[in-house]
Amino acid sequence: MTLTWLDWLLMLVYFAFVIGVGVALRRSMKTTNDFFQAGRALPAWICGLAFLSANLGAQEIIGMAASGAKYGIATSHFYWVGAIPAMVFLGVFMMPFYYGSRARSVPEYLRLRFDEKTRGFNAISFALMTIFSSGISMYAMAKLLQILHVFDRPFAALGLEPSYIFHVCIIASALVVLVYVLLGGLSSAIYNEVLQFFLIVAGFLPLVYLGLRDVGGWTGIRAALPDSYTHIWRGLGTGTHPMGVDAFGVAMGLGFVLSFGYWCTDFLVVQRAMAADSMTAARRTPLIGAIPKMLFPFLVVLPGLIAVAATSGQPLNATNRAGSNHLRASGASASLGEARATFARAEADGRGLQVVTQSQSASESDLATRPVGVIPFKVDESSGRIMRDRDGRPQLDYDLAIPTLLLRYFPTGILGLGLTALLASFMSGMAGNVTAFNTVWTYDIYQAYLRPRASDAHYLWMGRMSTIFGIAASVLTAYVAAQFNNIMDVLQLVFAFVNAPLLATFLLGMFWKRATGHGAFAGLLTGTLAAALHHGLTLPVGAVAGVKGGWLGTWHTYPSEMAQNFWTATDAWTVCFVVTIVASLATRPRPDGELKGLVYSLTDRPRDDRTRWFLRPAVLGSFVLLGVTILNVVFF
Amino acid sequence: MHLDVRLPVGLMFAVMGALLAGYGAFGDPSIYRRSLGVNINLIWGLVLLATAACLLALSARRARDRS
Repeated sequence: MTLTWLDWLLMLVYFAFVIGVGVALRRSMKTTNDFFQAGRALPAWICGLAFLSANLGAQEIIGMAASGAKYGIATSHFYWVGAIPAMVFLGVFMMPFYYGSRARSVPEYLRLRFDEKTRGFNAISFALMTIFSSGISMYAMAKLLQILHVFDRPFAALGLEPSYIFHVCIIASALVVLVYVLLGGLSSAIYNEVLQFFLIVAGFLPLVYLGLRDVGGWTGIRAALPDSYTHIWRGLGTGTHPMGVDAFGVAMGLGFVLSFGYWCTDFLVVQRAMAADSMTAARRTPLIGAIPKMLFPFLVVLPGLIAVAATSGQPLNATNRAGSNHLRASGASASLGEARATFARAEADGRGLQVVTQSQSASESDLATRPVGVIPFKVDESSGRIMRDRDGRPQLDYDLAIPTLLLRYFPTGILGLGLTALLASFMSGMAGNVTAFNTVWTYDIYQAYLRPRASDAHYLWMGRMSTIFGIAASVLTAYVAAQFNNIMDVLQLVFAFVNAPLLATFLLGMFWKRATGHGAFAGLLTGTLAAALHHGLTLPVGAVAGVKGGWLGTWHTYPSEMAQNFWTATDAWTVCFVVTIVASLATRPRPDGELKGLVYSLTDRPRDDRTRWFLRPAVLGSFVLLGVTILNVVFF
Repeated sequence: MHLDVRLPVGLMFAVMGALLAGYGAFGDPSIYRRSLGVNINLIWGLVLLATAACLLALSARRARDRS
C-alpha cells in the first residue's frame, strides 16, 4: 500500500489549516492572560470539545483500540466508568473553586488553598510529566508511522533510508505544533483541538462503518467472539474475563481514584475549562465534553473488536462459535493455515509488508487460546523475528489494531484522511501537554521561584521561550525513549506514584475546611510512598520482577497488570486521605476568612439562574449520567 | 479572540470533501475492492461536504447577527 498525491494533498490541507488558525490569532496575543488563559473568553462548547480533544492523543486512540482487541468491549469502562462520572463531578462541584478562586493553574489553586510547598511539589512533578508524556507519545507515533511502511516509497524515492521516517515524523510534527502554539498560545491550541476533534471523527467513522460491514455488524461481532468480549460487566472477576479485574476493582480503582484523579486534578484538561468566558461556561465545559466522550467507545474501542473479529479470508460462520465463555477455539482455527499479513521489519529494498504465514510462526494450538483476527504478531525490530512470551507463544501487537484496519479497508484518498486523523490526534495531545507545560512553568515555577516581580511582557516572552524549550525537551525525550525504553517505563511509573494520591488532597482541600497545608503535604508524600511500596511488593501474574512490580519482594500476585494498577492507586489514595486528615488535625487550621472561595462550605453557591434550565450544570450533568447509565445497561 | 472556529473547520472539510468526492467520482473504481466494493471516497467526500455546508451556514448566520 502506498500513498498517492491525493493522500499527501489531504495531509497538506490539514497542516495549512492548523497553522492558519495560529496565524489568524497572532495579533490578539498581547498579554500573558491571552497567551496562557485564552483571555478567559471562549464559549463553553469550544472549551468542551477542546477538553475532550486534548485528552484524545494518538496514544489514547491506538491504546483504546489495542485494549478493545485484548479485553473486548469492557474497555469502555475507561469511558463510561472511568471518565464520565468524574467529568460530571468536575463540572458540577469542582469548577467553581478552580474558576472562582482566580487561580491561573491547578498548582496555583494548591498554593491559595494550602501552601507554597504543596504547590511546588505539584508544579514540578506536573511540568516534568507533561514533557515526558509528550515525548513518549511522540516516540510512539513516529515508531508507528515507520512500522506502517506507508512512507517507505516516497522516502526511498528521495534516497533516504526508512529510519529517516522516524526523524522526519518527529521533527515535522513538533515544528507544526511549535508554530501554532507560539503564534496563538492557548487559544490557538484550543481552536485547533476543536478542528482536530472534527477531523478525528471524520477519519475514523468510515473505518468503523467499513469494519462493521465486513464483520456483519454488532451481531457478527457477537457471533465471532466469546461472550466476555461483548459485555462490559457480565463475567468480570470470574477468572475467565481477559481483564482480570473484578467489578469492585473497576468501580473503586478506575471509577473513583484513577478517573477522578485524572479528570479533576490534571491541569492539561482543567486548563481548557478555565479558559471559558464565564463561571457557568466553565462548569458546562466538562459536561459538554462528556456527551461525545460517552460515544467515543464506538469510535475507538470498536475498531479493536472489529480487528479481532475480522478474518483474513472468508467470513466466519456462526457454527464456528465455541461454547459460551470459552475463547474462540474453533473460530481461530478456521483461519489457521491462511497466510496472515504481519508488519515485519522492512526488507532491505524497503518493499514494506512482509508476509509471515502462521504455519511458519506458531503452532496451531497456541493460537487457539485467544481470538486473533487480523492482529499482526509483535516483531522484534532488530532481528525481524516474532516475539514470544515466556511460554513461547507468539505475542500479538495489539497496538497495530487501528493501523492494520486502516490499511485493510481504506483505499487511497480516504487513507490519507485516516492518516491525517491519526496525526491530528497526536498533535492535539501534544499541544495539550505543551500549553499546560508553558503555563505551569511560567506561573508556578518561574514566576513563583525564579523571578517573582517581572513585567507581564517578560512573562509573555518566557511563555514563548518555554514553549520552544518544552517542545525541544519532548523531542529529546522521544529520542531517549527510542534508546532506553526501560528508563521511560520507570519514569512513567514514578509519575503514576506521584499522581495517585493527588485526588485525596484536592477532595479534602475543597470540601473540608479543616485540612491544612502541612497535612496536605504529608499526605501527598506518604501517598506517593505508599503507591511505590504497593507496586514494589506486588506483581501481575506471569510478570518478571522489575519495572512491572515486585522489586521489593512479592507479597501478592494480581491476575493482571490492570488489576495491580487499580489497587496501587486505591492504596495510595487511602493512605493520602488518612494521613492528610490526621496531620491536619494535628496542625493549626487557617482562619475561615482566608479560605473564602476555596472551600465548599465557605463559598457562595454559584448562581446560574439566567441560563436556560436544560443548560444548567446540574441538569446537564444529570442528563449525561442518565445517558451513561443507559449505555452500561445496554452493554451489560 | 474573534475567531469563529466553525469557519476554519467548515472550510477544511469543504476542501477535503471536494477532493475526496472528486476523486471518488472520476478516479479508478477498481481501488474500491479493498473497501468492500463501497466507493468510500465519493460517499465520505459528500458527507464531509454536507457537514461543511452546515458549519459554514451556522458561521455565516452568526457573522450576520453580529453586524
